[in-house]
Amino acid sequence: MNGLKIIVLAKQVPDTRNVGKDAMKEDGTVNRAALPAIFNPEDLNALELALRIKDFHPGSTVALLTMGPARAADIIREGLFRGADNGYLLSDRAFAGSDTLATSYALSCAIRAIGEFDLIVCGRQAIDGDTAQVGPQVAEKLGIPQITYAEEVLKIEKSKIRVKRRLERGVEVVEGPLPLLVTVNGSAPDCRPRNVKLMMKYKHAKTVSETQNAAEDYMALFNERPYLNITEMGVKDIDAKTEDLGLSGSPTKVKKIENVVFQAKESKRLTASDFDIQGLMVELIANHTLG
Amino acid sequence: MANFYTDNRDLKFHLTHPLMKRIVELREKNFTEKDRFDFAPLDYEDAIDSYDRVLEVIGEICGDTVAPNAESVDAEGPQVVDGHVAYARGTQQNLDALRKANLMGITLPREYGGLNLSVIPYTMAADIVSRADAGFVNIWGLQDCAETINEFADADQKRRFLTRVSAGETCAMDLTEPDAGSDLQAVQLKATQKPDGSWVLNGVKRFITNGDGNISLVLARSEDGTSDGRGLSMFIYDRTHNAVKVRRIEHKLGIIGSPTCELVFKDAPAELVGARKLGLIKYVMALMNGARLGIGAQSVGVSEAAYREALAYAKDRRQFGKAIIQFPAVYEMLANMKAKLDASRSLLYETCRFVDIYKTMDKISQERTPTPDERNEMKYYQRLADIFTPLLKGMASEYCNQLAYDAIQIHGGSGFMKDYPVERIYRDARITSIYEGTTQLQVVAAIRGVTTGAFLKQIREVYEVAEIRPELQNFRRTLQEMTAEYEECVAGVTAVKNSEFLDFHARRLVEMAGNIIMGYLLIWDSQRDEHYTKSAGIFIKHAEADNRHKKHYIESVGLEDLGFFKYE
Repeated sequence: MNGLKIIVLAKQVPDTRNVGKDAMKEDGTVNRAALPAIFNPEDLNALELALRIKDFHPGSTVALLTMGPARAADIIREGLFRGADNGYLLSDRAFAGSDTLATSYALSCAIRAIGEFDLIVCGRQAIDGDTAQVGPQVAEKLGIPQITYAEEVLKIEKSKIRVKRRLERGVEVVEGPLPLLVTVNGSAPDCRPRNVKLMMKYKHAKTVSETQNAAEDYMALFNERPYLNITEMGVKDIDAKTEDLGLSGSPTKVKKIENVVFQAKESKRLTASDFDIQGLMVELIANHTLG
Repeated sequence: MANFYTDNRDLKFHLTHPLMKRIVELREKNFTEKDRFDFAPLDYEDAIDSYDRVLEVIGEICGDTVAPNAESVDAEGPQVVDGHVAYARGTQQNLDALRKANLMGITLPREYGGLNLSVIPYTMAADIVSRADAGFVNIWGLQDCAETINEFADADQKRRFLTRVSAGETCAMDLTEPDAGSDLQAVQLKATQKPDGSWVLNGVKRFITNGDGNISLVLARSEDGTSDGRGLSMFIYDRTHNAVKVRRIEHKLGIIGSPTCELVFKDAPAELVGARKLGLIKYVMALMNGARLGIGAQSVGVSEAAYREALAYAKDRRQFGKAIIQFPAVYEMLANMKAKLDASRSLLYETCRFVDIYKTMDKISQERTPTPDERNEMKYYQRLADIFTPLLKGMASEYCNQLAYDAIQIHGGSGFMKDYPVERIYRDARITSIYEGTTQLQVVAAIRGVTTGAFLKQIREVYEVAEIRPELQNFRRTLQEMTAEYEECVAGVTAVKNSEFLDFHARRLVEMAGNIIMGYLLIWDSQRDEHYTKSAGIFIKHAEADNRHKKHYIESVGLEDLGFFKYE
């Protein structure tokens, strides 16, 4: 099958993998200022999966869609540097405070506004919320099938996609009709590095708000090189009910946040036998303390 | 999550040298390519921004992929499979990552798929890759061969081969043979021209780095009945012909990931590059100068790795109730290491600037007639490049070995074990002062800078007169005294008018000049950024003592004493 239209959903997240002392505020919420903003790791796996489809099916296009503040345009640029064709930044004050329900509603409306697609790919979950709900909810709202925990696309032909899923106790190969949504597991191949030629080509890519706000020496470029314009979408650009967006569209309420400090309670007594040591090693490897 | 570019302020510092504006404008022909290529820079700031971004990607790949792979590559090494090289798995991963990032052929013209990067960012990339894995930089850095193709091959050859290098194919330069090492005039590999005009190669090459690369530049004897350098020509061999067998890969002390091959050519089809008989005289010299600059970068990168390992260990290791960095014996060693590292890096990028301007102007002069001013400028930088390249290669590679030695010393017994990277770094460092011409041969090339007065001229007319802050004046006074002493030594040795005597003291004279030059470069660095004042101070103290020592030795060993040193 040639020429698939693929949309990758990506999120800019605080880097929770290297958390320092000041990562949380007094009130228990994430101190976003103290953590660098990065491309959500599993969304990078999703981008790679999409780019591989493009490699094998010439004529395919990969578009990135991200919802977030103005600086989330970085995510679009990072995608362009790696081989995506274009990107959409969904940004509006009306989206502030969205939980997964309001987010998936906004994203699904944006996808409808973008137009036709064959495949939507996103990471399994974001490292800031860890809900793994947005992908499946988007699929439901668009009324298309979904394949979660994907690790590899095995085949795409005759409007069908065959995908290998990574589950807790093994793998599963499933097939589904396009259009369809896939959520990608962190065990899928890492994303390719930034291609320096694409980086030099797209480094000036900006959204309209960015070109307005920045003291720009290269304004003429945006007319000469249309690919440098990152599409920015607000509430007015998508057909959405405002009451279902942002805080008002988010039934999730945080009641209380607790700081949990782990304290080891269990203890285990081992003898100096090979058998016990072997058992301990197997256990430590299994729970990833070792290896 | 490491980034070997952004964690090293010295690289960015050298990228912002005032001469960069001239270098970039020349290289980018006043930014005329922006309408032909969507990734070409729009102006100087845009070009520097692109250099910065490209280096950031290289830094990331080196920090996240190449450096973590170095240990397994060293343990596994490459192997011969069916007459061809199979790289270690980590090597293959490194290459894949750099190819995907489009980081092969980065100095080549854009029309051949290259990035048209200047020699400076290319050398910085080599500096970064070397810090991550000194063996791997050889495979990656052999893209330098493509520069020689670009310089001397015809348009059709450039189109066919350079695009392949940009797409990620690797290169090799096949010079050395069992009986032709330092003396390349003795090369025997036979090139025979067939009636249809095409060439085939027969014979054996030895010690060939990445000998099974996709595209090889081969030095061969094309003129029957000759026995010297004038009978040698340069050829391109394309691996797709499958007519060269890798007989063995050498078992080496260091840079184990880099396959050093013995090659057997059997009726191997090859293409002549440029004109017959100029193989050694012209093309190998160009190739070697590029390679020597590359080893300079490798030496600095390995020195960086050694210094960082030593510093981290000295801060971490506690003995007698405190971190060992607090003991004078250790902190002095570290300070000297850092001073030598900063000095050799400054010399590296100074040399690069000379090479870059001269090479770019040379290319421009092939396209149009240069103005008399341009011709003079080109000559000026060419002369400097010719003497600074061997000076750099000699000094930086010796420092690299000293730093690796000291890095193990600081680790004590632990450094002798394979548990710490310094053990590998020490082994990898050892080759830098040997290949692409030993330190002794660099001295043979650099001594011209001493005897013609070219080093002295550069010191007196450029370095000494540069404007500096008052607090740096003391450093300069010391260097002025050192310069007077150097001049005295040179006069003393050359007055004897005996070439053996000059050879005997040559290394000392070259190193005295090198010490003064690096001292001035560090003063100039300190002028631009106070951060370097510490290294400047330490280096100049060390250099002053070293030059005094050399002066005393030169004065005490006269022509009549040479006999003492000879054993039968």
